[in-house]
Parts: sequence; C-alpha cells; structure tokens
Amino acid sequence: MRTVIKHGRIVDPANKLDKVADLFIEKGRIVGIGKGPVGFTPEQVIEARNRIVCPGLVDLSARLREPGQEYKATIASETAAAASGGITSICCMPDTSPVIDTSAVTELIHQRARLANKAKVYCLGALTSGLEGKTLASMHALKLAGCVGVSNAYADIENTAVLRRALEYAATCNLVVHMFCEDGGLRNDGVIHEGMMSVRMGLPGIPETAETIAVSRVLLLIEQTATKLHFCRISSARSLDMIAQAKQQGLPVTADVAISHLYLTEIDLAEFNSLCHVRPPLRTTRDRDELRKALATGILDAICSDHQPHDEDAKAAPFGLTEPGASTLDVLLSLSLQLVQDKVLDLQTALAVLTIKPAKIAGIDAGHLAQGAAADVCIIDPELAWVAEKETLASAGKNCPFTGWEMTGKVTHTLLDGNIVFGNTS
Amino acid sequence: MNQSTHDIELWLSTMADQLGKIISKEPLMIGILTGGVWIAERLHKKLQLKDPLGQLNIAFYRDDFSHIGLHPRVTPSSLPFSVENREIILVDDVLHTGRTIRAALNEIFDYGRPARIILAALIERSGRELPFSADVIGKRMSLKANEHVKLSGPEPLALEIKTAE
Amino acid sequence: MTDSNIQLDKHGRLKHFLTIEGLDRSLLQDILNYAESFSGVGERAVKKVPLLRGKTIANLFFEPSTRTRTTFELAAKRLSADVLSLNIAYSATKKGESLLDTLRTLEAMHCDMFVVRHADSGAAHFIASHVAPGISVINGGDGRHAHPTQAMLDMFTIRRHKGDFAPLRVAIVGDILHSRVARSEIHALSILGVNEIRVIGPRTLVPKDIQTLGVHVYHDLDAGLHDADVIIVLRLQHERMCSALLPGEAEYFNLYGLTEKRLCLAKPDAIVMHPGPINRGVEIDSQVADGKRSVILQQVSHGIAVRMAVMAMTMGNLSNLDPETIDAHSH
Repeated sequence: MRTVIKHGRIVDPANKLDKVADLFIEKGRIVGIGKGPVGFTPEQVIEARNRIVCPGLVDLSARLREPGQEYKATIASETAAAASGGITSICCMPDTSPVIDTSAVTELIHQRARLANKAKVYCLGALTSGLEGKTLASMHALKLAGCVGVSNAYADIENTAVLRRALEYAATCNLVVHMFCEDGGLRNDGVIHEGMMSVRMGLPGIPETAETIAVSRVLLLIEQTATKLHFCRISSARSLDMIAQAKQQGLPVTADVAISHLYLTEIDLAEFNSLCHVRPPLRTTRDRDELRKALATGILDAICSDHQPHDEDAKAAPFGLTEPGASTLDVLLSLSLQLVQDKVLDLQTALAVLTIKPAKIAGIDAGHLAQGAAADVCIIDPELAWVAEKETLASAGKNCPFTGWEMTGKVTHTLLDGNIVFGNTS
Repeated sequence: MNQSTHDIELWLSTMADQLGKIISKEPLMIGILTGGVWIAERLHKKLQLKDPLGQLNIAFYRDDFSHIGLHPRVTPSSLPFSVENREIILVDDVLHTGRTIRAALNEIFDYGRPARIILAALIERSGRELPFSADVIGKRMSLKANEHVKLSGPEPLALEIKTAE
Repeated sequence: MTDSNIQLDKHGRLKHFLTIEGLDRSLLQDILNYAESFSGVGERAVKKVPLLRGKTIANLFFEPSTRTRTTFELAAKRLSADVLSLNIAYSATKKGESLLDTLRTLEAMHCDMFVVRHADSGAAHFIASHVAPGISVINGGDGRHAHPTQAMLDMFTIRRHKGDFAPLRVAIVGDILHSRVARSEIHALSILGVNEIRVIGPRTLVPKDIQTLGVHVYHDLDAGLHDADVIIVLRLQHERMCSALLPGEAEYFNLYGLTEKRLCLAKPDAIVMHPGPINRGVEIDSQVADGKRSVILQQVSHGIAVRMAVMAMTMGNLSNLDPETIDAHSH
C-alpha cells in the first residue's frame, strides 16, 4: 500500500536527521523523505502534525516466553504489546524451554512471530549446549537458522576454560556474544544488591563484585580471542569504568542497560516490593546516575526493555520466593523520552540508543529511515500524558514496577514493513 | 459547678462512718484506678485498715474493647493480698452506668473467691445501665445524659461537672 | 524508607506488628507498659483476662519452633482467645499450596489474627498486605528480617533491670548477618534512645553496611565489651561452619565466646541476655549462662506478657473509631 506520513518531525539519528517532512512508503519500503517519488499517489495518509516520526525501536532483549512458558505470555501477545510501544524488532534470549540450541526451536519462534505479524523477532542462540556451561552449542547451525548472536542468558559459565573456548568458537562463526555477567559463587543465594537495603531487610545480597569480577574476566579473555562482545544489562558504575577502558583499548565491546536500572534503585525495594525483584539487582543511586551519564557519553550503547512478563503467582509470594523480572515493553519508550525531558539525554541520543545502535549490535538492517530501508516506523505524540495502569498494560505480564507513574509521550502508530500494526489511520 | 474540697471531705467522713457500721472485722479495700484509688486512700486511713490498699485497673475487663480498644493509661492492677474468703470494700469515685463495677467484679473473681464485696462510691449519679447499686454513697446527684462528673486529684481533690456538646 | 506504614492505621495506631523499624518511641513504651500490666496475670488464680474472648488466633508456623510457638499460644490463651496452631511445611514449588491460598483458606474460617513465622524475609509483610481488612498480623520471625516480639521482650527485660535506656551501652555479639533478632533489637534500642549500640563479631558475620543502622562495629570482643551495660549474645547456628563463614566452633568460642573473664571487661552490674536456645561452650560458657548476671530465664517469662500486650493492642485497634472522638470512659 502506498502510504504517506504527513507533517511529522522526522528524527532519524542514523542519518542525523531532525526535520519536519513527509515520509513516503511503498511496497513496505521507504521511498522518499520530504519529496515523494514522481507520480506517487498515496492510498493511505497518516497525519503526523506535532508528532515525532522515527525508526521503529530495536529492543535487544525481551522475553516472549514461547516455547515453554505460554502461561506467562506468548509471542502473539508480546509482539502485539511491542507494537503498541513502537518496538518493531526484538531479540529474544535463548532461555526458553526447550533452549534455543537447535535450529528447530529457532525456526519455531520465527514462524510464530511471522504468524503474529506484529514485530520482527530475532533469536539469540545458546552459547553452550542447554546453557549448561559444559559443551559448546552448535553455533554455526544456529547462525544459519537465523540467530543474530549467541548468549548463555543468566546461566553462569563456571569453568573459565569453557568460557574461553566458547568465545573463541563464537568468534570463528563471527557471532556476537551477548554476555550477562554475574559470578555464580558470589551471587550465591542473593536476591538484591548487597548493601544498605539488604542489611535492613535481611535479604541475602548480591555484591557488586559478582558483576565486576565477571566483567573483568570476560574482558581479559576477549583481549586474546577478539570476540565481538556485548555486555547485557550492566548495573554498576564500577563495570562502566572497565568497559570504558576496554573501548579505549579498541576492544570490540558494546554494552546495554535495562530501562528499569535507569530509574529504580535499591531504595525502591523498601516495602518488599516484588515488582522490583530483577536481575541484575537494582543497585545504588550513584550507580543509577552513572548509568545515565554513560548513555550520554557513549560508554553504554543501548537501552533495552529487558522485558520479562510473569504470571501473578510468580510475584505473589514473600520476596525471596518470587521470580525476578519486570514487564517493561509498555513503558520503554515513554521512560526513555522522560530522560530527554529531564535533560539526561538529548532526543537524538535517546533515539539512537533505542534504534540504530542496538540494530548494529544485533547486526540487523533496522533502526533507520534511509531511502530503501524497510518501513518500520514509529509515530509518537510527545505531549500525550498517560498513567501506566496494571489493567491497561498491553503485555500479558502485569508485573510492571512503573504502574501508577505518570508518563508523557505515547506511540500513536507503528508500521511494520509499511503496514500499520498498531494505531488507526487518521 | 465545682465542688469545694470541704464538701468532699464531708462526704468522705459520711462514707467512713457508714462503712464503719456495716463492715465486720478485717476487711480488705480495693480502689478502682484512678479516681477510686484517691478516694480509697483517704477511706483506708480513716478506717485504719491493717492490710495494704489494693488497686484495680479494669482496662482488661471492660465491655467496650471491640469498640474503642485499649485504654491509653495503663497502671497495672496490684492486689498485695489474697482475696480468698475475705470481705472486700470496693471503692470508686463515680457510679454511673455500672459497667466499671461489672468489670471490677469480674476481675476480682479472677483472683479468687471473696466472702463479701461492699461497694462504696463517692458520687452516685443517675444513668444506671446495669442492675448495680452502691452500699455506701458520699453524695447522690441527678444529672442529664450529656453531663459528666469528673474527679481530679490526688491533691487537692476537686469535682467538676462537664457538659458534652 | 521503612515499611512501617502498613503496620499503622490512619490514626497512627498499631494494627499489625511486623517490624520495630519505623515505630516511634511512645508506641514502644506503650507496649512495655501494657506488658507490665499483663505480667501479673500468670500469678493469679485465674491466669486469664477476658480481653480477647471470642476471638480466634491462628499461629502459622512455616518454620518449626517450640519455644516461640508455645509462648504465643500461652499469650493468646491468657487473653481468653481461642488458638489454632498450624505447622506448615511450605513448599515453594507448584506442588505445594501457595502461601496466598493457605491464607484464604484460613480466612474462610474467620480467624481474627495470624501469628506468622516464616523462613523468608518479608513473609509477614506479604501476608499483612494480602490479608482481609479487620485481621491483624503479628510477625513471629521472618527470615533474617525481623523478630519484633523478641526485641520487645528483651527491651522489657532491660527496662526492668536498668530502668532508663538513655545512658546504656548495649553490645550485641554474634552472627549479626543472619539474625532477625539482632536487626529488631538494633531498631528498638535506637528508637528507645540508648547511648550506644555495638555489634561484635567476625567480618564474615557482620555486614559492613550495618553501620547505616546507627551502630558501632567491633571485630574484637574485648574492645567491644569494655564498659558495656547490657550484653546480648546471639546463637551461633551450626550451618555457618558449613558455608565457609567460620572455621569451627572451638575457634569461635576462643574469639567471641562470652566467659567470666571477658565479662569483667563490662560494667560490674552488666546484665547478660540471650534469645535462646543457648549453645553452651560455643557462644557462651555455662558459668556465665547460669551466673548471677544472666537474666536469660527471665527473658522467657517476659515473652508471654509482651506478646499479650502486642496482641491486645493490635486487636483493640481494629475498630475504626477516631481516638479523638472517644470521650472519658464512662463509669
């Protein structure tokens, strides 16, 4: 369908674009910015006056719970939720059940996503077989099946020799390794950050060193293996120092932060609020402030939702017995725009870390609005005030720690390959 | 209307006299906290009773616990004697609805089984809700439902009649 | 930063008793004063007051305990309440009935109060936030977080022996990291305004952030005992040896065991307390435990009066009446 999005403020950090112009779409691709192709007659017009028109968001980590945990959420429900949040590309972690360590599971997920047709889903394959940290997964086969990277999800690889081999093999296959850094021994039975609140609440703590020691271990290894390494969900300021230094050295590392960690800290746990039970744990105010700064300076490359939808029971228990993870697809964009309003980031940077930068990490052609690019577009009303309410969350997971928060900025339309997957025609 | 100390002294003497006529050999005396204890201290001296004075905090025997919870003032009950088979003079400052007396009797009986209980009240006023009457009274008063008589003390003792809104 | 607001009704009165943290001094003093009144009940012919007659109290013990459970039972019975004691082996897996389902079943039986002991920090808080209105929750110990009735009976004991809290130097010795008793005691001592709170133990058992609670940390027992007025000794659990926190009981006793010799470093009239049960020869030697400065046995009897006070207060505050509108109690 030939579509034109009129009068919107087109913001495309990949091309350093920020101007009011019309956007022309045909056969699922962008065919013109400002000026349409000769003789273009639109079949569909979307009015975008006073709106921001940007590339559809690229989310480096959202759990879709299929296969294996359909009682929590499904690919259909979560991609629809993603669409309502302006997210058009999602990477999913391999910790499904069964694990994404075969091409069959990869293909299953791709199929379900195509069927739902609300967002593009890219799998991260397993780094080790079954995520057990003992033997290597068939990474090349996973790459052929369409995986855009490999990861060991939350599972710690205890044996450093195995980690080294896995990194070397991933480099051989030219796959980016998405690494969640947490030393299993130091983590022990911890559930929150080891600090002032863990003492006060009597909850076992996860010390900062669980992350920093694991980060330094990986950095020293990739100095030897030249693996492309992406650090998932950095939570502490100390880790940022090490990542900054590694980048200066010229190591091929990138890093992301979960949206929750840019707002919440250990203090938000005060009422034993299980919605704030996340992994990595929420740390100190200083860590949060440094994470925000790191986005502005480029030490952190991307914001992801780290969306983890849960059923009610998973969070309705004494804190230590609840499952970690927050539902954040619905609030990713609005909370990111809030950072712009609070002058933590400028609009270009905020959108860059949600579009082109994560797209590059995932190695996918997305997150930009150049001529000929797939028409994955997000239209935002930046002034629209709304309140995140549990009942009206689009995700099947109602475990959102931001319910009750007043937000400014909401998606009015999302287009996937030129088709409206969220919103109405004006 | 405030009653002068002089009148109260008069009433106390009357009570002591009346008590003297009806008690047998060695009665115990128990005052109900707080006003009843002030009255009992004076009567105890006038009657020259041998056993120490007991005091009762009926807070845990009140019938309005589910409505108003625990009373904020809590001096513990103290009965430094055995009540078993003894004659007891129970003293309160004001006898109004009778609920305090019911609570006091219930509490005393949880300590043991007295032989006899004599009730002495400084003021007996209208408004009884339970079938109790005092054996010895200092002064009878007829008051309206929204009027309350309050004893202040311990020194000096004074009575005040308040009208609630 | 506290979770006390769930404990208080809109008039600031206690409706649940979950943690000492966030309560004010006058409330703690009220508990101690009521406990004084209740402490005589056990010596009377009829060891009861009718305060909670007709009420049903359910003891939900998800962690086994004889001592705490029996004192709660006795306290409830002395208030004339009916008592249900349930020992529940709670399974965290899907096979077991969830905590919420257990709660709903019990609510259907019209219980007025739950006394909860659970291995997970925040469990009592969780139950209080899900319980139907009009039901009180008392925390009998949750994980490592709090054991508020134990702290109050310890404060009651201290007040009986020492009177004024202000000049006291109180030392808590042992496994602070895992101790809910220690946390509650630190809050209580702080709110009641003692001069100094000291925690003494090895670095593996004393988390460094404990200082944020307003205590002085000592790793040397002798230094920590110097001029102390009250010494609270905590039980050392055997599991600590197995998880690389301590090498063994003998070494612990040599470094931190309270002996007569060490006790001389404290004030001559210092009292020794222990929440029990005691491990003789590990954290305390028999001479001290049975000696004249030990008030350990008294702590046990105070437990009933304090628990009666807390139960009566919370149950009594369930009415919605504004305390300001209550006029002079009628005669």
